[in-house]
Amino acid sequence: MSVDASGLAIVPAPDAPRPETSLDSRSRVRRETIKQLVKSPTFLIGVAVVLFWILCAFFSDAIVPHDPINDSLGAGTSAAPSSSYWFGLDEQGRDVFSRVIAGSANILKVAPLATAIGIGLGTLLGLVMGYFRGWTDNVIGRIIDAVLAIPLIVFAILILTALSGQSEGITVTPLRLAIVIGLAFTPPVARTVRAAALAERDLDYVQAAKLRGELAPYIMLAEILPNVVPTIIVEATVRLGYAIFTAATLAFLSYGVQPPTPDWGLNIAEQYQNVSFAWWESIFPALAIASLVVAVNLIADAVQQVLEG
Amino acid sequence: MSAGVTPVPALELRDLDIAYRVRGRNREVVRTVSLAVQEGECYGLVGESGCGKSTVALAIARYLPSNGIVTGGGVSVAGTDVLALRGEEMRAYHRDTFSMVYQNPGTALNPTLRVSRQLTEVFELRGASRSQATVRAIDALMEVKIADPASVMKRYPHQLSGGMQQRVVIAMALATDPKLLVLDEPTTGLDATVEAEVLDLISELQKRHHTAVLFISHNLGVIGKMCRRVGVLYAGQLVEEGTVDDILQKARHPYTVGLLRCIPQRGRRKQDGRLDTIPGFLPEIGTHLPGCVFVHRCALAEEICREQRPEPFQVGEQHTSRCFFHEKAATLPRDTAERGALPVVDRAAEPLLRIEDLAMTFRQDGHDIYALAGVSATLQAGETLGLVGESGSGKTTFARALLGIIEPTRGSVAVDGRELPSNLSGRTSSDVASMQIVFQNPDSALNRRHRVSRLLARSLKKLLGLTGAKAEQRAHELIDDVRLPQRALAARPTQLSGGQKQRVAIARAFSGEPRLVVCDEPTSALDVSVQAAILNLLVDLQAEHRTSYVFISHDLGVVRYLADRIAVLYLGRLMELGTAHEVFEAPHHPYTEALLSAVPSADPSHARIKLSGDIPSAANPPSGCVFQTRCPRKLGAICEDVEPPLADVGGGRLMSCHIPLEELRRIQATPPGTAP
Repeated sequence: MSVDASGLAIVPAPDAPRPETSLDSRSRVRRETIKQLVKSPTFLIGVAVVLFWILCAFFSDAIVPHDPINDSLGAGTSAAPSSSYWFGLDEQGRDVFSRVIAGSANILKVAPLATAIGIGLGTLLGLVMGYFRGWTDNVIGRIIDAVLAIPLIVFAILILTALSGQSEGITVTPLRLAIVIGLAFTPPVARTVRAAALAERDLDYVQAAKLRGELAPYIMLAEILPNVVPTIIVEATVRLGYAIFTAATLAFLSYGVQPPTPDWGLNIAEQYQNVSFAWWESIFPALAIASLVVAVNLIADAVQQVLEG
Repeated sequence: MSAGVTPVPALELRDLDIAYRVRGRNREVVRTVSLAVQEGECYGLVGESGCGKSTVALAIARYLPSNGIVTGGGVSVAGTDVLALRGEEMRAYHRDTFSMVYQNPGTALNPTLRVSRQLTEVFELRGASRSQATVRAIDALMEVKIADPASVMKRYPHQLSGGMQQRVVIAMALATDPKLLVLDEPTTGLDATVEAEVLDLISELQKRHHTAVLFISHNLGVIGKMCRRVGVLYAGQLVEEGTVDDILQKARHPYTVGLLRCIPQRGRRKQDGRLDTIPGFLPEIGTHLPGCVFVHRCALAEEICREQRPEPFQVGEQHTSRCFFHEKAATLPRDTAERGALPVVDRAAEPLLRIEDLAMTFRQDGHDIYALAGVSATLQAGETLGLVGESGSGKTTFARALLGIIEPTRGSVAVDGRELPSNLSGRTSSDVASMQIVFQNPDSALNRRHRVSRLLARSLKKLLGLTGAKAEQRAHELIDDVRLPQRALAARPTQLSGGQKQRVAIARAFSGEPRLVVCDEPTSALDVSVQAAILNLLVDLQAEHRTSYVFISHDLGVVRYLADRIAVLYLGRLMELGTAHEVFEAPHHPYTEALLSAVPSADPSHARIKLSGDIPSAANPPSGCVFQTRCPRKLGAICEDVEPPLADVGGGRLMSCHIPLEELRRIQATPPGTAP
């Protein structure tokens, strides 16, 4: 029988069964976490729907039965859903089904990019506010409050005007749209990250870092940031849902891609007056938006449950 | 109550099995626990963290978390099958039969309601009118010895000290005159002097109300003082049960024997040799254990222990032990490893560290808080200075001001006769490397996202400028130095146990080849078996590197084991400073005397000096001697008017008291309590 005198050795007595508190326990925990995620039906449904729309966005040319922009089908006017045109035709005789499938491309470009911008900037600001506290926190915090007080549409016009050249007026590109939404999302992300960073900065490992002469940027990025990553992941999934919604809203308000490009928000804007007699023209794009937002939120919920217990 | 031949026990657990469902699998936490608590009895349940103590308590309360499942056995309280209770029956059970007091009184009270509302509610639930309830609430507060119940009733919980809050919680728990009271670590968060008072109160009330009490604690001293019978829980199994004397004097299970030996016993010093430890660790919850639950850590284990689960052996009248080799449990081998010679402290040499008049005043809500009011001390190379005092006495502020983490309001710190800049950012990297710290809580002290190798490499780079292969080699040496296996370098802190994490923290503190390491309660977050191993390590490292320690602790046994000299702090002022021997042997400063006598002890002849009230606010310290408001030896007006100087009372021993040393010697020779 061998007993290690240190009292705490990781290696158990050679002839004893290996206790489970061992170095591989972390990868085991991670495996079990992923297993649990894969077992969760909400997560799977969410992923399936999102994957479906991503496929649509990438391969819309191959999937769509008709050209979403140029084909004028049937009588060249709107027609109710039928076996040949599942979602019906719009007033110019275009196939609504094809337009819904192709309309995913724009939103799936803008929303993730906007989320990335919002998360990136918000994380930096949040870390700075949470770490320095005091004056820095107060000044940035008040600016954030001011930004949050501006209505989204006014904010979007302001930013788009600033981004557009003097001669061109307001022109919208997917990148500009992503910047607008990303900037609009920076304040709420910064607040969330700030709260997480505030809790971390009081832990002793931050003191220990100072006690070996580390500078503030290192402490924020190398010490605190890795510990607030779970919060950021949860925030990112939630923000992605909002970004889809916001992009659709801006498109509806004509601050998105321009006609005749198919886009869900734009389609609704063009057709919603007709909803009383040609409901299929606006209901199907609306359902598409709803399905993607709900799917992303299902994923967000599942991720949150697994990461935050 | 029927006076039948077999009275119904107040609490009976029959072969209780509890599991937690974690990540889709049932993990056993409590394994076939059977015990009974009779009416009017105080039963102690002792064990280290993670052994299932609180889970047992939660099962009795029917408060198991949603993933906690009773997989077998039963719980009855006063004859009622608790696990079968539903709806209104459960409400009645919680209202009338059962009460529980938790470790943290701050979270047991609703912070948004005044004490009066929370306390009267208990009586109103049982049918009293509002005015009757108020009268009874005031009575209940008087019963828990709250001096001014009317004013306490008007306050919010946060306006009360921890000790007062716990009294209010106890008053609430006893208000319903329950059949069973479960106390889960009720004094663990309290200072020793307050703990002693609360424990006295609990025993008195328990006797008066004749309540059955299940007292859960990790502290054998507290259990010994409070209980008549004790059960020792390990890995969810009751490994030994007996009377307090059976357990503390004649333990018959190797785990209990080991646990008792880990505690620095009365008067044991580092010069006397290493402390015994229990090797290995608690099996992770949910581990399948076909044999004895303690087999992995037991030096007496043989083949049979691995294959067969021992049933409780009757080893005395009321004494059982789940060990096949209970007859030779007391012969458990001791740790006899030799250690290098301890450094010889040269008193005449220039001190390594000289602290002059270190003071720190915080400003909070428009008040000045005098956290540290001018403390001076010196420390020789290789010496350990113990720092003791209640919470709020300025121990941690002292350590942080010394290290430069906070900038002191005044005073200076000199190493080798050279004064250091008071702010950390003004110090050179060799200054910074020369003084390091081991924090209290290793969970918070190590960045849980970094691997151990990175933690050490970064320290080596910043403190010594080592990089590449040299740094790697040094990291390997450090890991060896703290007796961790090399593969710990690849681990993240979350993969290590509490003791292992603290070893990594110690390795990090030693990475800059420090002259002085501040240990801020380094073992108070650890279990006693792990504590002993860490203390051994600290002494070994001191012997190897001739490092000096400033060792902060509230555990006087630990301080006595480790410290060469001891400083006693109260309200940011030095009350006494002397060698460990001087401070622990009479005559002491009256505050030291009170601290020493507050240590819970199973010894009934151990009479206690009672300190009344709580430590005064540092924003508004008392006039004259700061200790005069609580001092049991107070002389009179002189103590209220004149602050006693910190005077040399002979042989370099410093003391701040108006009572001359000879007089202290005389009055402390007579049993306490007889003197005013």
